[in-house]
Amino acid sequence: MSVVEDRVAPPAAPPPRRPNRVLALLRNSWRQLTSMRTALVLLFLLAVAAIPGSILPQRDVNIENVEAYRRANPDLYPIIDRLGGFDVFASPWFSAIYVLLFVSLIGCIVPRLRDHVRALRAAPPAAPRRLDRLPQHAVLAAPAADPARIAAVLRKRRWRVVVRDGEVSAEKGYLKETGNLIFHFALIGVLFGVAFGSWYGWHGNRLLVAGPDTAFCNNLQQYAETGLGPRVDAADLPPFCLELTDFDARFLDTGQPSYFQASAKVDEAGGEPRDVEFSVNSPLRLDGASAYLLGHGYAPVIRYTDRLGRVQTSVAPFLTTDGNLTGEGVAAFPDVNIDPATGDRDPDQQMAFEGIYLPTAPDAPPYVRSVFPAERSPALMLIAYRGNLGLDAGIPSSVYVLDQRQVEAGKLKQIGEAKLMRPGESWTLDDGSTVEFVGTREFITLSVRYDPGERIVLVSSIVMLAGLMMSIFGKRRRIWFRTGPARPATPAVAGTEPPATASTTGGSSLMEAGGLPRTDYSGFADEFKQLVAAVERSEGKS
Amino acid sequence: MAALSDQLLVVSIMAYLVAMICHAVEFAFGDRSLVGRAAVRPAREPALVGAGAGGDQPAFEPPAVDEPAADRLDPPSSGRAALAGRIAVVLTVVAAVLHLGTLVTRGIAAERMPWGNMYEFVLAVTFVGIAAWLGLLLRRPGLRHLGLFMTLVMVLLLGVTGLVIYTPVGPLVPALDSYWFYVHISAIGLASGAFVLGIVPAVLYLLRNGYDQGKRGFPYSLAERVPAADVLERLTFRIHAFAFPLWTMGVIGGAIWAEASWGRYWGWDPKETWSFISWVIYAGYLHARATPSVKRKVATWIAIIGFLSMLMNLFGVNLFFEGLHSYA
Repeated sequence: MSVVEDRVAPPAAPPPRRPNRVLALLRNSWRQLTSMRTALVLLFLLAVAAIPGSILPQRDVNIENVEAYRRANPDLYPIIDRLGGFDVFASPWFSAIYVLLFVSLIGCIVPRLRDHVRALRAAPPAAPRRLDRLPQHAVLAAPAADPARIAAVLRKRRWRVVVRDGEVSAEKGYLKETGNLIFHFALIGVLFGVAFGSWYGWHGNRLLVAGPDTAFCNNLQQYAETGLGPRVDAADLPPFCLELTDFDARFLDTGQPSYFQASAKVDEAGGEPRDVEFSVNSPLRLDGASAYLLGHGYAPVIRYTDRLGRVQTSVAPFLTTDGNLTGEGVAAFPDVNIDPATGDRDPDQQMAFEGIYLPTAPDAPPYVRSVFPAERSPALMLIAYRGNLGLDAGIPSSVYVLDQRQVEAGKLKQIGEAKLMRPGESWTLDDGSTVEFVGTREFITLSVRYDPGERIVLVSSIVMLAGLMMSIFGKRRRIWFRTGPARPATPAVAGTEPPATASTTGGSSLMEAGGLPRTDYSGFADEFKQLVAAVERSEGKS
Repeated sequence: MAALSDQLLVVSIMAYLVAMICHAVEFAFGDRSLVGRAAVRPAREPALVGAGAGGDQPAFEPPAVDEPAADRLDPPSSGRAALAGRIAVVLTVVAAVLHLGTLVTRGIAAERMPWGNMYEFVLAVTFVGIAAWLGLLLRRPGLRHLGLFMTLVMVLLLGVTGLVIYTPVGPLVPALDSYWFYVHISAIGLASGAFVLGIVPAVLYLLRNGYDQGKRGFPYSLAERVPAADVLERLTFRIHAFAFPLWTMGVIGGAIWAEASWGRYWGWDPKETWSFISWVIYAGYLHARATPSVKRKVATWIAIIGFLSMLMNLFGVNLFFEGLHSYA
């Protein structure tokens, strides 16, 4: 990131005849904005502005944590929320910083691009008057070297060479500035890719229980949570259906997971249904979307026989609450105890079972936490409720918990004590209805995503990295060869004959070489020596 | 094997500690004239143009400083204190070998690369740091004095690691079972190791710079015997310039992996946020370093802030925040 040091100073602008204050202000602001100092301040601000994004919970990252924060700090929450503290990376102030930074960046690199193109097309500059003042200087053993041959030696080493009046100018390391510019333009590419992806991308999250009856087809209503880019319409989602056929999870004896594999059946538009497998680090790539396995758990299968003898089965995924896959959830049966004669549903006769599922129950009570994530000793702790589930109230409610308002209002009453059930066991309630814990099915949590900006970001990042390396490891340097002292020579030996005036004639002339590293480059002295030696060798051959 | 690894770590920390003490002995009782001599020695004469320039005319500018002054420093050569310094280097090598042993036995015990959790990761990062330091020492024996600070950093980091974030050996969780695990962690580990190495000359440069400006109080008095300020500053830049692309590579590798694993390449997870913060700060350092109008002292302070953000990322994020990177 060598910056503007090399830039040729622009010619002084002629004094404006009629100074326009607005224009002057604009010009000064622009200069100020595109200065390196401003860029540094903006970079620093960007870093500082990102810090609250890691300290405060973020809506985009984990909305439950934001809600928890609201409950814990009811006074502070609205203030922080208004300041954008829960959407730091989408907040106006964060955006302002990076937009300014990128404007500053463009204002800086566009003129540099122009200068660099000019430098690439220009010949290396003429030698300074006194080569011996340069950091590197040597006098060649071959006095009357042929400039053309020196140029050939340099060209072979990929120097950019020009010969003027017996003087060889050469420059190398243009790639440093090229890489620097590539790096910065690629940064713009990254930003564009991110923006493009957020405009045209979408995602949806949901649970998927194993089994053909719980398959889903790609459709906004099928997701528990979705995010659509501003340029995406619900109709743009690619059509496919997905059925989880099997899920294989293996664990070590310590309970640490060692292997996950989901097997599924996919039906994409324009193709036969096919069997696919995917897992944690190898997502399911579909046409226009990818499905990612995020988590898994168990969905107890509960069969309820109401007092009229009608059987209903619920497959309710119980959300996992810990590493040993303790699950918590609700199996609701709103359409039970319907009078077969009238077909009327008594809203106070609905049934629900709140429960905790333990894939491996401990040997002794309390049966509240699983002790191992695989189903070694499965047990289901159920609490039965009868009454009005409150589903008709029109208030959106979670399907994983009971509506506590109904319980508190006494409209939903617990029946009896909590009951621990093993697979296959039944429990007869006070009204003669029975509930049976049939078994479990696996479920997975899925994220289905499409981000068309990904490729742009990836390619830009790789280009950026390449540019960065060129920029950091490249070394711009110049070298000159000249026959004879082209300056008013200092006396060869003080006090002897008067100096010959810039004479290059005859065998008395010298071949001088000078080198100038234009960037921090410690190896330049060695390179210079080798170059001079190479030139001398080539002269020796002739 | 796992127990052996734990014991090797303790022995390794002890060896670093003894090496640190030996360095301190040299530092405290060393030949004061070493650095002083180098400082007052006349600059090396540049090659003359034949017998050309002569007389009483000052025909030459002082030689440009394209040659790091470290090359002008001879390795410390004499005295009992120098012996202590040499012993310290040998002990550091021994400690580094033990450190490597800790990693290797850990890897054998777990049957995988030893960077699957934060404990192992810090062990690997610090090993990269010390290996890079020894490599540097091989090329620039004159920098040996800095060993005191390097071993101090090692003792502190390894001590904290062993005490606070020790994790029993185990295989990888499926989330880490990916090719990108190796790419991402090794790049991040190498870069972090280099940043750890880079902080030593950065701090010493600031001390030395203050010392050169006539400050004699603590902590500037520590800088009495360290190499010249410009050498330290240049070293700081070189190390950071090397580490920054690696860090970038590590972050890009992490983003690619995150896409495959979590479905998005960037999601402002706390670890991601802090790696972004570090990246931005180090980018600021490189820009500041390349801008003539920004003082080198200011630039070096930016590097130090960058290092603090790295530490925050390495330890703080795992301890304070809940995120996707919490495996340890």
